[in-house]
Amino acid sequence: MPSERERRFVGPRRGQLVFALVMVGVALLLLVLITEQTTWVQKTKLFAQPRFWPAVAIGGMVLLGGLHLYKLPWRRVSRYDLWEVKRWGQVFEFAGWFMGYVLLVPIIGYLPVTLVFVPLLSWRMGYRSPFMLWISAGFAVAVVVLFKALLSVKIPGALIYEYLPGSLRSFFILYL
Amino acid sequence: MDLILSAIDILMRWDVALALLAGSVGGVLIGAIPGVGPAVAIAILLPATFSMDPIVGLTVLLGIYGSSMYGGSIPAILINTPGTAVNALTTYDGYPMTARGEPRRALSLAYSASFFGGIFSVICLILFAPVLAKIAPMFGSREIFMAALLGLILVVVAHRGQALIAGTLACFGIFLQTIGLEPVKYTQRYTFGQDFLGGGINLIVVVLGLFAISQAFVLLTDEDEKVRMTRLRGGMFQGLRELVRHPRVAGVSATFGVLMGMIPGVGEFTAQFMSYTYAQKTSKRPQDFGNGSSEGLIAAETANNAVPAAAMVPLLALGIPGEALTAMMLSVFYVHNVVPGPGLFQNDMDFVVALYLALLVLNVLVLLFLLFATRSLIQVVRIPNRFLGVCILTLSFVGVYSLRNSATDCVMAAAFGILGYILKRLSLPSVPIILGMVLGGIMEVKLRAGMARVKEPFDFIDRPVAFILFCIIIIVLAVHILRVLKDRKELKEAEWQTNRASTSFGSLMWRRRNSFLKDHGKKVRARHSKLLRRLTDLF
Repeated sequence: MPSERERRFVGPRRGQLVFALVMVGVALLLLVLITEQTTWVQKTKLFAQPRFWPAVAIGGMVLLGGLHLYKLPWRRVSRYDLWEVKRWGQVFEFAGWFMGYVLLVPIIGYLPVTLVFVPLLSWRMGYRSPFMLWISAGFAVAVVVLFKALLSVKIPGALIYEYLPGSLRSFFILYL
Repeated sequence: MDLILSAIDILMRWDVALALLAGSVGGVLIGAIPGVGPAVAIAILLPATFSMDPIVGLTVLLGIYGSSMYGGSIPAILINTPGTAVNALTTYDGYPMTARGEPRRALSLAYSASFFGGIFSVICLILFAPVLAKIAPMFGSREIFMAALLGLILVVVAHRGQALIAGTLACFGIFLQTIGLEPVKYTQRYTFGQDFLGGGINLIVVVLGLFAISQAFVLLTDEDEKVRMTRLRGGMFQGLRELVRHPRVAGVSATFGVLMGMIPGVGEFTAQFMSYTYAQKTSKRPQDFGNGSSEGLIAAETANNAVPAAAMVPLLALGIPGEALTAMMLSVFYVHNVVPGPGLFQNDMDFVVALYLALLVLNVLVLLFLLFATRSLIQVVRIPNRFLGVCILTLSFVGVYSLRNSATDCVMAAAFGILGYILKRLSLPSVPIILGMVLGGIMEVKLRAGMARVKEPFDFIDRPVAFILFCIIIIVLAVHILRVLKDRKELKEAEWQTNRASTSFGSLMWRRRNSFLKDHGKKVRARHSKLLRRLTDLF
C-alpha cells in the first residue's frame, strides 16, 4: 500500500527516480566541465563574465535537481521503472522514421518522399484499409501543396529533380 | 480615435483578412481535435509565418491561440475529453449537461461565455493601452531583468508539488540558451568543439521537439480511443440569452482572466480556478457545480478566453513572454526586427491596437463559424489518435527543416521530442524549459547592461519600479516557502494521523521528555520491558 508521501506525489511513480538520477548526473557532468567549456576573462566584472550564466544555470540544476532527488519518496529502482525505460525506448523507432524522412527529402524530393512516408507510417500504425491509405496519400499531397507551393516554405529541390527536363525541372524545384 | 483609425488602416488588407479567417477556423479545428492543441499548431506554423508581414504572421498565430479554446470546449462537452488542456474544467459541468440530454445548451453557453470573455478582455486592453504606454517607458534594463526574473519564479512556483523539478527544468532552459558563441567576449560556451553548436540551440527547434514531435510520439505509442458522439439538434443561440441572466459571474470571471493573463507564468488555469471558486461560493445553488451548472460552465469558459489578449500585455509592453505560446510569438517579432517592449508602445502604438482589433474581429468570426458549423465540425473528433500522430510527425518536418534546411536541427528536434515524451509520461512540465530559454537570454543581456551602470548591488533596486518588482519577488518567494512548510506540516499530520499535537521536532522532544518523567510513562516502559524480556527469553 502506498505511503502518505507516495500518495501525495504529483504524477506517476514509474520512471521518476531514473529521470531524476539522469538529470542530476548530467548536471554534475556539466558542472565538472565548466572550466573546460567556458572562459574566465580577466579584468571583467562578475556579471559580464561568459562563465556567469552557465554557472548559474548548472548550479541551479544541481541544487534543485538534487533536492528533487532527495525529496522523492522512493530510493530504489523498481521493475516498474525499468518497464518505463523500455517504453521510452519505443519512441526511438518513430524518431528513426522521422530522421529517415528528413534525410531522404533532399535526395528524392519533398512530394515523392511525403507520398510514400505518410501511407507507409499509417500502414505501420495499423491503418491498412484502402480508405485510410487514400486519406494518407491525400493528406501528403495537401501538406506539400499548402506549405511548398502556397506558403513558399524553404524546402530545397531534390537531387533527382536535376535530371528532369527544363521547364518541368524548375516547376518541381519551385513547387514540389 | 486617430489611433483606432490608423490601426484599422493596418488591418484593411486582403492578406490580414485571410490570416484572420485561417487563424480562426484553423484554431477552432485544432482545438476541437483532442491531442493536438494550439502549442503544437503554433510550433509547426511558426517558420511558415516568418516569410509573412509581422501583422499577418502574428494574426494567424493569435487566431490559433485565441480560437483553439472555443474549439476545445466541443469534445470537453460532448465526449468528456478536453480538446486543449485549459478546457479540463469545462468537462466538470459541460459533460453532465450532455449526459442529461442538453448538449446543445452546453455548447451554446460555452461559445457565448467564451465570446464574452474574449471581447471583454480586448476592450479592457484597448482602453488600458494608453496607461500601458505611460508605464512601459519606466522599464529600463534593471526593471526588465526584475520582471523576467519574476516571470521565471512565477512559472516555477505555479507548479504546485513540482516546484523543484520545474526549477531544475527552467535552469536547464537557461543553460540551453547559453550554449554557443557568447556575443560580448566572443568565447565558446559548451560547444564541445562542434561547429553546429557554435550558433547555439535554436528556440524553435526546442519548441517543435518539446511540443509537436513529443505529442506525435505520445499519439503514435498510444491506443486509439472509441468515441461515442451525441447528436445535436436545433439552433445554437439559446446560450446567448442564458449568459445575459448571469452578468455578475461572467463579468468577474472575465476580470480574473484579464488580471491573471497579464501576470507572467500564471495564465488560464489560475484564472479558471479562481473564477470557478468565486462562482461556486456566491451561487444560490453551489451543489450543482460539477453536475452540470450553467454558472460553472460560464465561469470556466469566460476566464480562459479572457487570457490570450491579456497574455500579450507583458510580451508587447516589456518583451517578456509569460507562457510558452507567447514565447513562440516572440520569435516572430525578432525575425522581423520588431523589438517588443517599451519602444513598441511609444513608437508603434497603432500596431499594438491593430493586434487587439484583430483579436476582436477574430472572436466575432469564431462565434459566427461555430454557431453555424458545429454539427459538421464535431466530426473531427473521430480522427484516430495514431493517425493524428502520423500527421503531426509529417508536419513537424516542415517546421524544423524549413528553418535552416539543416538535418542537425532535425536530429536535435527529435532528441527534444524524446525528452518531451519522457516529460509527458512522467507528468512533468516542459514549459519551464522554453521560458528558461527565452527569459534566460533576456536576463543575461539586461543584467549585464543594468550592472554596468551601478556601483553597488543595492543600486540595482534604487528606482521605484525595480524596487516594487524586487518586493514582489520577495513576497512570492515568502508565500511559496510558507505554502511548502504548510504542505509539509499537513503531510506529517497525515502520516502520524494526528492534527492536534504539533509536528515540530522541538515539540516532539518535549512530549518525549514528559513521557519519561510522568508516572504513567514509567508504567508503560516497565510493561514494555517486561514484554520484551519474555520475548527474548523464548530464544
